[in-house]
Amino acid sequence: MRFPYKTDYGQDLDLFKSSSDRFWYGLLALVLLSMPLWVDTFWLGEVSYVFILGIVGIGLMILTGYAGQVSIGHAAFLGIGAYTHAILLSMGTPFVVSLVGATALSTLIGAGVGFPALRVAGIYLAMATFAFNFLVEFVFVRWESMTGGFSGFAVASPEFLGVSFTSGGGFYYICLLSIVLAILLTLNLLRSPTGRALIALRDSETAAQALGVRLARYKTTAFAISAGLTGFAGALFAHRIGYLAPDIFTIMFSIQLLLMVVVGGMGSIHGAIFGAIFVGALPQLIAIMRDYLPDSVARQPGIEPGIFGLLLVLTILFEPRGIYGRWLKIKHYFSVFPMHKKAAFSRQKSYTKSER
Amino acid sequence: MAIFQARDVAIKFGRISAVDGVTFDIEPGTVFTIIGPNGAGKTTLFNLISRLYDTSAGTLTFEGRDITNLPAHSIAGLGIARTFQNLELFDHATVLQNLLLGRHAHTRSNLVAELLFLGSVRREELAHREKVEEVIDFLNLHKYRDSMIVNLPYGVRKVVELARALCSEPKLLLLDEPSSGLNTEETGEMAFWIHDIRDRYGITVLMVEHDMGLVNRVSDKVLALNYGRVITIGTAAQVQSHPEVITAYLGG
Ligand SMILES: Nc1ncnc2c1ncn2[C@@H]1O[C@H](COP(=O)(O)OP(=O)(O)OP(=O)(O)O)[C@@H](O)[C@H]1O
Ligand SMILES: [Mg+2]
Repeated sequence: MRFPYKTDYGQDLDLFKSSSDRFWYGLLALVLLSMPLWVDTFWLGEVSYVFILGIVGIGLMILTGYAGQVSIGHAAFLGIGAYTHAILLSMGTPFVVSLVGATALSTLIGAGVGFPALRVAGIYLAMATFAFNFLVEFVFVRWESMTGGFSGFAVASPEFLGVSFTSGGGFYYICLLSIVLAILLTLNLLRSPTGRALIALRDSETAAQALGVRLARYKTTAFAISAGLTGFAGALFAHRIGYLAPDIFTIMFSIQLLLMVVVGGMGSIHGAIFGAIFVGALPQLIAIMRDYLPDSVARQPGIEPGIFGLLLVLTILFEPRGIYGRWLKIKHYFSVFPMHKKAAFSRQKSYTKSER
Repeated sequence: MAIFQARDVAIKFGRISAVDGVTFDIEPGTVFTIIGPNGAGKTTLFNLISRLYDTSAGTLTFEGRDITNLPAHSIAGLGIARTFQNLELFDHATVLQNLLLGRHAHTRSNLVAELLFLGSVRREELAHREKVEEVIDFLNLHKYRDSMIVNLPYGVRKVVELARALCSEPKLLLLDEPSSGLNTEETGEMAFWIHDIRDRYGITVLMVEHDMGLVNRVSDKVLALNYGRVITIGTAAQVQSHPEVITAYLGG
């Protein structure tokens, strides 16, 4: 097992903790940057989609995994970003400006949705975000002059010097750049006082207040940032699907997004990314699986949500720290091989709280 | 002049007067202890001072300033820190993160600077870290720095909570039963630290405690509370020999 040798406190603030970190992330960067050279358009699109989901995962992770506020309405923010971006583009707004506009609107609405969170928590907050999702879907349907109602509308595909950058390799690089920026900004936030304050309100609002954390301010901040990132991802998502319709941004999709962070591993950015890879790859896996299942099962319409639900339950039962938690255990197993102890990860008994 | 004053402070939960017309003064640089049987209203009084509960009557004054109606989150910034009877740590964070949160009332950085992690943010973080390390030295928490709270034994958690309160550099420190759940050895250590907190750092301590040995060792003044009312205030010996205090403890 390696212990990083620390010589000053600044090292705890650095993003890369060791030279082996730097090596592995450097290698990953090379693989990702060169991907358009050795991967076909279909798979490039799939990987781009994973990047988009990853940005949503990071946004939702900040809110749910760090600040402890559950949202089952994030598909609504994705939709707000997508529609705003597509509408702005159709009015001739330049791509980057429209992207910023979609992000800004989504951030503002997110801050607004944060308001009920100041009064209600837990299941009631979840229900409030659920209701919000319905409301937004309703607006997409009814505001026909803007959204095209039920029938929706096609997303414009802007070109730069005659080359479309909203498909293929160009789009891939835009998504890659976006997720890298999203990760960097988030990691910066998390190693700052604001990131700690979010953890504080997740673990004990009482103690947080007593230490001077303004609950209202940080809950609103968490919602705003989370919605902003999700709206931004929504703008990219609009290009990925090419055609917007209200029945895309449903509660079902919101639940799938929440599932992504739970299965990936709560309370870590790695978890959000692992979750995105998983959710992005799952439809392909299910498609492959269908070939091996008896027809009567494979043709069931509810099979996809069913599998999602099952996985969620299994994760909560057997690996509450998600895929990332499992990954850490595997890494630990090899780093101490052959000295692995079965009890290395079992927790000490937690002390129950009866009162304050 | 007293650093802290309570005047006729009261709170009712429905028809129960949990705290009822409580008045006392705390002199700076002293250890002021509140004793009383279970349910006497000691923790409730702490919650009133931390502004987690609203008083139904009376005033609370800290350094000459009326704090009766301030929001709970502004109390730390004035220089009042506390621990909780049943621990309110951030369980899924490390000891270091918990202690840095103790510095929250002193943070200045803004969101944009944080998102970009500008030099100013890094410098501020390093300054907070220095302060936190001083407290880690004082309470001997070195080996737990990077441990998650959920993985620590109760005795250590208790010390971490004290450390977190100290990190906010309080002038008045509220300790709710600092020795509960600790063994004799750990209680002895706690007594030593409370002395040091008063004498080395000049912090005024307001403490709730059941362990009379600890009360006698560290208290400058003792207040006995029963059914939300003050029975008597005096030295530890005076209070313990007061007839009403004796009957209160014998369950009279
Ligand atoms: N939030 C609340 N709602 C209703 N009643 C409460 C509340 N908090 C405290 N009480 C009541 O106020 C009374 C005083 O409780 P408190 O916790 O202050 O006692 P205590 O002196 O700290 O006791 P202990 O020694 O057991 O800690 C009790 O009767 C308790 O039931
Ligand atoms: Mg109590």
